[in-house]
Amino acid sequence: MSTTNYIGKPTSRVDGPAKVTGTATYAAEYSVANMAYGYVVSSPIAKGKITKIHAEEVLALPGVVQVFSHENVPSLAWFDRSYKDDVAPGGSPFRALHDADIKFSQQPVALIVAETFELARYAASVLRVEYQQEDHETSLETQRAKGYEPGAGKTGFQPPPAPRGNPDKAWEEAPHRMEAEYVHGAQHHNPMELFSTTVEWRGEGKITAYDKTQGVMNVQQYLTKIFGLKKDDCRVVNEYMGGGFGSGLRPQYSAYLAVLAALELKRSVRLTLTREQMFSFGHRPHTLQYLKLAANADGTLAALQHHALHETSQFEDYTENVVNWSGMLYQCENVKLGYQIAKLDMYTPLDMRAPGAASGSIGLEIAMDEMAYAAGLDPLEFRLRNYAERDQNVDKPFSSKKLRECYHQGAAKFGWDKRTQAPGSMRNADGKLVGWGVGGGVWDATQQKAAAKASITADGKLTVSSATGENGTGTYTIMSQIAAETLGLPIEAVTFKLGDTDLPESPLQGGSWTAASVGSAVQSTCEALAEKIFKLARKMDDSPLRDAKFEDVEFASGQLRLRADHSQAVVLRDVLQASGEAKLEADSSVMPNMVKQNGYSLHSHNVVFAEVTVDEDLGTVHVTRVVNAIAAGRILNLKTARSQVLGSVVWGLGMALMEETVMDHKFGRYMNHNFAEYHVPVNADIHDIDVLFVEEEDDIVNPLGVKGIGEVGMLGVAAAVANAVFHATGKRVRDLPVMIDKLL
Amino acid sequence: MPQHPTNSAAAGVAAPPATSPVQLSINGQQHTLHIAPWTTLLDALREYLHLTGTKKGCDHGQCGACTVLVDGKRINSCLSLAVMHEGDEITTIEGLGTPENLHPLQQAFVDHDAFQCGYCTPGQICSAQGLINEGHAHTEAEIRELMSGNVCRCGAYVGILNAVKEVVDKGIKN
Repeated sequence: MSTTNYIGKPTSRVDGPAKVTGTATYAAEYSVANMAYGYVVSSPIAKGKITKIHAEEVLALPGVVQVFSHENVPSLAWFDRSYKDDVAPGGSPFRALHDADIKFSQQPVALIVAETFELARYAASVLRVEYQQEDHETSLETQRAKGYEPGAGKTGFQPPPAPRGNPDKAWEEAPHRMEAEYVHGAQHHNPMELFSTTVEWRGEGKITAYDKTQGVMNVQQYLTKIFGLKKDDCRVVNEYMGGGFGSGLRPQYSAYLAVLAALELKRSVRLTLTREQMFSFGHRPHTLQYLKLAANADGTLAALQHHALHETSQFEDYTENVVNWSGMLYQCENVKLGYQIAKLDMYTPLDMRAPGAASGSIGLEIAMDEMAYAAGLDPLEFRLRNYAERDQNVDKPFSSKKLRECYHQGAAKFGWDKRTQAPGSMRNADGKLVGWGVGGGVWDATQQKAAAKASITADGKLTVSSATGENGTGTYTIMSQIAAETLGLPIEAVTFKLGDTDLPESPLQGGSWTAASVGSAVQSTCEALAEKIFKLARKMDDSPLRDAKFEDVEFASGQLRLRADHSQAVVLRDVLQASGEAKLEADSSVMPNMVKQNGYSLHSHNVVFAEVTVDEDLGTVHVTRVVNAIAAGRILNLKTARSQVLGSVVWGLGMALMEETVMDHKFGRYMNHNFAEYHVPVNADIHDIDVLFVEEEDDIVNPLGVKGIGEVGMLGVAAAVANAVFHATGKRVRDLPVMIDKLL
Repeated sequence: MPQHPTNSAAAGVAAPPATSPVQLSINGQQHTLHIAPWTTLLDALREYLHLTGTKKGCDHGQCGACTVLVDGKRINSCLSLAVMHEGDEITTIEGLGTPENLHPLQQAFVDHDAFQCGYCTPGQICSAQGLINEGHAHTEAEIRELMSGNVCRCGAYVGILNAVKEVVDKGIKN
């Protein structure tokens, strides 16, 4: 019998064959009959009013079906609350084509619908729109004095904890001190798949929206509230998402516009945004951070202050947790954390992979490096001397924390002990400067409520479903693993379905919580099904399990058997066939166990070691080696988890060396809104990356003991690279990305 | 305050071009399409032939997601008009293998977990086949360089390198 133990094993993706053959279906790829094409016209100005839209000129073109704008959009839901999605920040959500006001550059001002894509694109290119332009403000630098503390409007946002100790006095009195400002520009998610929605008109006001989203439930509730649809009449589907990274957490205007057109025209419509338009609906905000650290003579932190200011739109208070992590990653008695946002004439920022923490870890982890140098200490040794045994923000112990093991194992793998401390003291065989840097971070281990359903047929085939998503994270695979192992089935006998509002409710796919939340629901559902199967097995003629209790049996290798005596077994398929039932079903909904979790701080941790080589003449930086050591509880699939962390490192390198969306303040518009000028790492940028998962058992965080790995792996990467650049060159770059001009 | 028209063209918009029949040979099959001459090869594949394995990531030749093989040579199908390819043999990801019968590159991509979301993957695989056909990528550095026209935002480059290297090393031609 083949083994049916899958959890923790490096299992290949069950959706791999579909993805490598092009048969996986993404939002823009559903084939529906009599479909029209939409194309969005975007505003070239950042602020003002639309004064005239010459729609009649393009409506005269044969094949152009309609031009939607604020002039002809029907009366829809009135109150802001109808436009609020599950993760909307405080304020008034943007409503596309609502009125003549322009609030940001690239705001959608019209939607062309035509018989072909080519025609819609052409009509959009020739549509004349006139504007009354007003003065805009898009520079965060000029708004420093206008920063304010936002309310707790967004799910998951925690205002910084109250100060502790006396950080100002401790800083003044300490022997070693540093203070500096750190800056990074705006960044855009840029998933490879363009935002797209195919709306299938099912007649009588009923639609199915195949939408690019990280949450079909979120999109469904958004659309039903705005358009006054019944849930049954508005099915939302996403079986495969070509990358999300946070861009699909909120319903985007593409979904709204495609559904609007389909309902108005009573016809199927497909709308795909352009790559330029992918820079029009949210980004990691341009952030200014001020850090002020002091160390005692023994290398312990005497004081820590971390203040952040980032941009938001005029209409919503976007928030993320930038500074809170600095109060818990290192032991320090004198801490003050501050957080403000400032309004600009741009679209609302949007959670982007490790929102807040990725930004905050740049400030904190470069500052820690600077502090270590000021105190004459090795940067890793400095971190070890300030290891936090408790979460001082909430004064609770960690449910588990193997960060010290990460430090030791990661350093050993990297060869950190061969590092010489002085900047510019290491060179490679080619004579290039070599630098070694370290950074790291901490991320929430969160569990949300989730439900799942399982059904097994007499031929032993198991189908498990939940309305979660797959955007490259491996959801199909890990859920299949959990289900297969729980019921002792080969993974080939398991089908996992997701991304459909007809399935049991699941949370948004974000926050690194899918494995914990949906995984727990899948496990619980399969356990409920196991009990049903067990009851049937006991009733079989001459059942060897007749007198057994549920605790006495296990499901393995397609059998149900006594734990104590594996020869006392029944074949699962035989049980189902003997029962005479065509199929057996179970469902379950799982909530986090608050009673168990309440006394603890639940977090994952990592440390990153990076090696760079720097060409002194050209200022070019290459990241030649990275070791990322992670403590994130139980790892469900070593293969897909490793890929998530490899991808996180690539993201961190992008953040460190190339990614920045540059605003031209004269126009209030991003200049580099395309892949040619918004640089993301390519294959030639990537060299050796090692991923270490440090063993970490945790039975408090959730029943599976998983903490999630989609985000934690990115933390500290950019800082480790920037610190390595300092070590190589002696130049401290505090304004990311580290580009050539900053080193020459 | 200035008036700011987006298009300075006077009223009266030029009519779009008429459609005409275009013959394409794709994965060994002949197709006749009635399309306007400004239809890209990418849109012809995706929107008219429903061969959606070829992906649109930028429509500007900047990401490589739309890579297909034309007479064995890799091209960005978004930068080429369908009408320019009458008489050419076009191979898309659908022509390389099926879920039941994977091409060696497809199998290597699965084995090395050389993708996450899968959206850039068909382009990566077609590009890798083109690279093998070109015959001048042998070292890891060469493969990295010559696969750098295909962006993977999930950052699966380590797996992509290992998958392509494995097939290159085995000397599998196609």
